[in-house]
Amino acid sequence: MQVSISVNGAMHTDEIEPRLLLVHYLRDTLGLTGTHWGCDTSQCGTCVAWLDEEPVKTCTVLAAMADGHRVRTVEGLATAGKLDPVQEGFMSEHGLQCGFCTPGMMMTARHLLDHDPDPDESTIRQAISGQICRCTGYENIVRAVRAAAGHPSQPSGRSAADPASDGDSTVVAEPSQEVPA
Amino acid sequence: MTSTIDQPTTKAAHPKSPRISPAGNPIGFGRMPRKEDARFLRGQGRYVDDVTMPGMLHSAILRSPYAHARIRSIDTTAAAALPGVQAVITGETLATLGLAWMPTLSADVQAVLATDKVRFQHQEVAFVVADTKYIARDALELIEVDYEPLTPVIDAKRALEPGAPVIRDDIEGKNDNHIFDWESGDAVETERVFADAEVVVTQEMLYPRVHPAPMETCGTVASMDPVTGKLLVYSTNQAPHAHRTIYALVAGIPEHKIQIISPDIGGGFGNKVGIYPGYVLAVVGSIVTGKPVKWMEDRSENLMATSFARDYHMTGSIASTRDGTILGLKVDVLADHGAFNGTAQPTKFPAGFFHIFTGSYDLQAAHCTVKGVYTNKAPGGVAYACSFRITEAVYLVERMVDVLAAELKIDPAELRLKNLLRPEQFPYVSKTGWEYDSGEYPRALKLAMEIAGYDELRREQAEKRARGELMGIGISFFTEGVGAGPRKHMDILGLGMADGCELRVHPTGKAQLRLSVQTQGQGHETTFAQIVSEELGIPPEDIEVIHGDTDNTPFGLGTYGSRSTPVSGAAAAIVAQRVRQKAKIIAAASLEVGADDLEWDHGRWQVKGDPEQGRTVAEIAMLSHGTLTLPEGVEGHLDASVVYDPPNLTYPFGAYICVTDVDAGTGAVKVRRFIAVDDCGPRINPMIVEGQVHGGLADGIGMALMQLIAFDEDGNCVGGSFMDYLLPTSMECPSWELGETVTPSPHHPLGLKGVGESATVGSPPAVVNSVIDALTPYGVRHADMPLTPANVWMAMQGTPMRTDLAVT
Repeated sequence: MQVSISVNGAMHTDEIEPRLLLVHYLRDTLGLTGTHWGCDTSQCGTCVAWLDEEPVKTCTVLAAMADGHRVRTVEGLATAGKLDPVQEGFMSEHGLQCGFCTPGMMMTARHLLDHDPDPDESTIRQAISGQICRCTGYENIVRAVRAAAGHPSQPSGRSAADPASDGDSTVVAEPSQEVPA
Repeated sequence: MTSTIDQPTTKAAHPKSPRISPAGNPIGFGRMPRKEDARFLRGQGRYVDDVTMPGMLHSAILRSPYAHARIRSIDTTAAAALPGVQAVITGETLATLGLAWMPTLSADVQAVLATDKVRFQHQEVAFVVADTKYIARDALELIEVDYEPLTPVIDAKRALEPGAPVIRDDIEGKNDNHIFDWESGDAVETERVFADAEVVVTQEMLYPRVHPAPMETCGTVASMDPVTGKLLVYSTNQAPHAHRTIYALVAGIPEHKIQIISPDIGGGFGNKVGIYPGYVLAVVGSIVTGKPVKWMEDRSENLMATSFARDYHMTGSIASTRDGTILGLKVDVLADHGAFNGTAQPTKFPAGFFHIFTGSYDLQAAHCTVKGVYTNKAPGGVAYACSFRITEAVYLVERMVDVLAAELKIDPAELRLKNLLRPEQFPYVSKTGWEYDSGEYPRALKLAMEIAGYDELRREQAEKRARGELMGIGISFFTEGVGAGPRKHMDILGLGMADGCELRVHPTGKAQLRLSVQTQGQGHETTFAQIVSEELGIPPEDIEVIHGDTDNTPFGLGTYGSRSTPVSGAAAAIVAQRVRQKAKIIAAASLEVGADDLEWDHGRWQVKGDPEQGRTVAEIAMLSHGTLTLPEGVEGHLDASVVYDPPNLTYPFGAYICVTDVDAGTGAVKVRRFIAVDDCGPRINPMIVEGQVHGGLADGIGMALMQLIAFDEDGNCVGGSFMDYLLPTSMECPSWELGETVTPSPHHPLGLKGVGESATVGSPPAVVNSVIDALTPYGVRHADMPLTPANVWMAMQGTPMRTDLAVT
C-alpha cells in the first residue's frame, strides 16, 4: 500500500507492507534511526515519537495509521541547527548515559513542556513513567526537564571533606530543594 | 577523623570544577558535560541496529518452546521455499562445519543451535536469513520441529537428587547435574570460632535470578568479505578484543582477518560480555550467503535466552559475642548456572569473587562452599553489574548482620560501627585472602547517618509503629573489589586481564587516545580525555578517545566488573605521564638546559626560577615532529603506549540507607528516601559518577522489589517480557540523596577506584533490610527478593514465598 506521511516537516510517500510498524518505517524506510526500538509490548518507550501532536509508542502503531498525518522525531527536535531547550537540559544535567532511551524521553519532555511550561518534579515523573531508563535512575532526567523549564539544578552530593580544603567540594543541598516538588 | 590515608596520593586534591586554561578551556578533572552527548541528543548515535551495509540481509532465530525436550526432527522445507528466504540453518548444518557447539567463558560448551536436545525454554533451534526481518520472522512459522518433551529440572535444590533427569547427556559419562564444588577460607578454624561463640544465627536466603535488561537488546551485523577473507563484525559487546580472539579460536578465521566494532552500545551491565549463539549465527549466515547479515534479538529473546545473573541459594551463619562483636561468618551456596555453564569470570574463580563475602568487617574466621548445578534454564550467572558476584556476597553479609542485629536487639547501625574495619587496619588482608587497599569505613557510615538524620528517623519509626504504621530503615555497607585484574591471578579463557593504551600527540598539540576498554554509556570519551588532560594540560575537547574497534585500538579485555577506571584509567594516566616525561626531554633540548632544570606547571615545562622560559605541550609537540636536534636515543614525535597490569584490585566502598513505607493492607512497598555515600577515591567527573550511582540505586530497587524471573513446573519462564518482568520507572524511584568520602587507592597512579557497579552491588540489601525492618511488628526475620506486594503480604502471614518457582 502507499502512505504519505509528513515527517519532521518533509513529506514522504512510500510503498509499504500494510503490517509495517511505524518504528520500522522511520528507521528502515526513512533511515531516521534516532527513534529506537526496545521491547515488543509498548512498555519501554524508547520508540516514542509524535503522531500529530501526541507522543506515541511507534512500536505499536502501524505506519499505515500514520498515513496523512504528521510525525515528529528526535531528528526534528532541534530547529535551524539550534538545540531545543530539552536537549540543552539533558546535556547540562547529565540526563543521559547510554543514550538509548534519550530520544523518546526528550520527545515526551517536549510535549510536557508545551502543555505545562513549569512542571514540578512529580508532574515530570508522571509524564515519563511510561518510559524506562536503565542508566540514570531518572533523577537527572527530571532535572533535565526542570532545567529546560528554566530551573537548572545545583550539583548534588555531600562530602565529608573539609570545606576549606576544596573550594566547592561541599555542596549541601537537600534534593527536595534542588528539584522542588 | 584523620588517618594516614586521609589525603589523596596524587599531587593535589582534585577540585570539583575543572581548572580553566589561559585560553578559557576546562582542564583535567571536574564536572563538565560529556563529549558524546552531542550525537545522542540529536538522534545521531550509531547503535548496532542502526548499521546498514550494501546488500545486507536480515535474520531470525527459531527457539524452543520447551525447557527440556529431545529433537526428533526438523523440517525446514517450507521455510526455505518462502520467497525472500536466503538460507535456513539448523544444528545439523552447523555440525558439518564443526560449529554446532561453542565454548563458554567457563570452559563448558553451549549449543549454537540444538542438535540433540533443547535444554532451556527459548534455546536456539534454527536460523533463517532473509531479505527482510519480516520475511525472516514469517519463515520461522514454517519450520516444523518434532519435539519429544522430557521432564525438566527446574528446582535447583532438586537438581542433584538421585534419579533427577540428566540435562547434559552431551557430556560423555555425565550422569548427574553437578558442575563444580569450590570453597574458600579456613573450615576448621571457622568451626572452632563458631563452636566457641556465644551467639550463632543461621539464615537461608535466595539471591534470585535477575536479568540486566539493557534498553538495547543484543545484536550483530556480520560481513565476511568473500574476496579478502576479512570478517567485519559490528556487535553489541563489552569486550571486542576478547570476542575477536574467541572468534578466531572457534571458527578458525585468522585473527588479523577479524575486525570487531562495538559502536554505540545501549547499555550493557554485563549482558553484552559473552558471545551468544546469535552472533555466531550471523557470521555463519554471512559466510553461507556471501552477504552481510544483521541479527537483532527481540525483548523476549533478550530476557529469556541471554545471560541472567545471580541465582544463588545461600545458607549463611554468623557468630558473635553476646555484646555484638562479630567473630565469624560461613555460607554454603547452591549456584544455579542454568543449562550450560556460561558464567563469565576469571578462570580461577568459578564462583566469581563471591569469597569476598566477609564484607567490610573484621572477623576471626570465615569459610564458604559453592556448589554449581545445571538446571533447565537459560545459561549465565554473572551478568548484571555484579563485580563478579560481589552483589551476592554483599547481600549475604549485610542480611546476616541485620539478622544478627535483630537477634541481639542491637541497632543495625550500632552493630556495624562496632565491627567495621578501622582505618588503621589497611591494607587489610581478609580471611579469604583479599588485600583491601584502603578504606575509612566508619566515616562513610557516619556521613550517611548524618545525611539521613538517622536518630530522627528511628524516632519517627517508633511513633509510627505505635500507630500501627509500617516504616523501615535499612542499612547496607559494602566493600567492592574491582579492576580485574592482576595477570598472575586473573585471566578469561587464558587471556590475561591487562589493558593496553596508546596516546599520540599530533604536531599541533591535539591528541588521540586509543583504549582497549569499551563504553556502554559510561562516558569514556569524556572521562578518559579528562585523565589525559589532567596529566598533560591539554583541554579534553582537544583529546579524541578512540575505542570499540579492534583494528584501531590496543588489546585488552573490555569493560565489565567496574574495571575501566582501575585498569584502563591507570593505563591512560601512565601513558600520559610517559608523554610528559618525553616532552620534558624535548623541552630541555629546545631551551638548551638540562632536563633536571625544568619543572612542570599545568601543561608546561618551564625553567626552575625562570618561568618565563618554558614550552607548552603543544609547542613541544610541534618541536617533536620538526627538525629540532634531539638528544641521543630520543625518537621524534610525541607518542607513547603502555600495557597496564594492575598490582591489585581496587576496593571502593560505601554506606547506604533506605527508608521505606509498607502498606500493611496490601504489602506494597514505597521507597521514600535513599541515601548513598560512595567512596571511589578521587572522581574524574563527579557528574558522571553521580549519574552512575543513581542508575545503580534504581537497579537496587528493581531487584529488591520488582524484577521477578521464576519458572513454572514445566520450565516456562515467567518474566519473559516487560509486561511481566517489571523494571523500576520514575515512579518507584525517589530523589536520590548522595554523599561522598574520598579515600584514594594507594596503588592506582591517580588513586582512582572505579564506581560503575557500586550502587547496584550495595543497594539491594539496604532495600531488603529496610522492608524487613518495617515488618518487625510481624516478627518477620527474612523474605527473599523480589519483595513484591504479594510476597510481603505472605511474609506478614508468616509464609514468605519461594520466588524462584512460579508454582501456585
